Amino acid sequence: MLKRTLKKAFKDSLPILAGYLALGIGFGVLLHTKGYSFLWALLMSCTIYAGAGQYAAVDLLSSGASLVTTAVMTVIINARHFFYGFSLLERYRGTGKAKPYLIFGLTDETYSLVCTAKIEQGIDEKKYYFFLTLLDQLYWITGCTLGALLGTFIEFDSTGIDFAMTALFVVIFIEQWLSVKSHLPALLGAGTTLVCLFVFGSEYFIIPSMAFIAIELVIFRKRLENTDEKNNFASGEEDTNG
Amino acid sequence: MDSYSVHSLLIVAVMAVFTALVRFLPFFAFPEGRKRPKVIIYLGKVLPYALIGMLVVYCFKGVSVFEAPFGVPELLACVLVAALHIWKRNTLISVFGGVIFYMALVQFVFC
Repeated sequence: MLKRTLKKAFKDSLPILAGYLALGIGFGVLLHTKGYSFLWALLMSCTIYAGAGQYAAVDLLSSGASLVTTAVMTVIINARHFFYGFSLLERYRGTGKAKPYLIFGLTDETYSLVCTAKIEQGIDEKKYYFFLTLLDQLYWITGCTLGALLGTFIEFDSTGIDFAMTALFVVIFIEQWLSVKSHLPALLGAGTTLVCLFVFGSEYFIIPSMAFIAIELVIFRKRLENTDEKNNFASGEEDTNG
Repeated sequence: MDSYSVHSLLIVAVMAVFTALVRFLPFFAFPEGRKRPKVIIYLGKVLPYALIGMLVVYCFKGVSVFEAPFGVPELLACVLVAALHIWKRNTLISVFGGVIFYMALVQFVFC
């Protein structure tokens, strides 16, 4: 069962393998050009473990930003992760000793796989989440460190390989779309974010998007809970499929 | 160790702590075993659908629709990913098909 679980986690994480290696190498090369050795890339990918956050960290490091600025930037850049926990309170219940690590490793990509995971027979659900989180971070650490080590020696033109992340999210969006009758939450999420991107600009749109999405979902609560049973959006039941 | 390296280490430490804090906060607010408000349970069920929608848009934040190539490569690649996925329902085919197509577009066609 352990082997099957690990195999499933590995197979499901393959798109992330491609994306994280590419994004990680990009980060490592960037960090290297600012005069930081691969040890910094290793340290950061082990302790921070956030894609957009680490890219921003390169600027903060090289400009010698203050610690207050660093803290504020970190919260702004990673604010969306705050919502991930809310939707995994159920799934991560009873995961025991692994739980702190599962939460620590809750990146966009890991979240997208966990929140849509279909656990078949013969798969240990808790171990599956653990393997998924661990494999993803290993890909990230490998990418970041490799990038900083190889620095400018990389000949292969990998421009565009980071599209793996976008493609993965599009696939998950479609999977979710096909699995529920009511598309309102998906449309609200994408639509609100798109409007906020145009209104607030690409640097500050995520926090307003999150706020509006939460408000809209609460406004439409009655409708979403009542539309149909297939969705399982009703708050009465404790189990979650979403 | 010089003061520049010390400050760099502190930046990394602050970033690590605050990144983790944002991820842990919901679990601190609603620990296991304590009853949660119904609205939180409801949000937990609908948020994944809304958040993946948000993430798809988030990926396009660096794309300018007012300058060439106007996000055309991204749009074309996404259409291909969607088409492949609806046709085959195989994540690996959809993702890697889309990546190869996108890389070809940005390296050879729109460059």
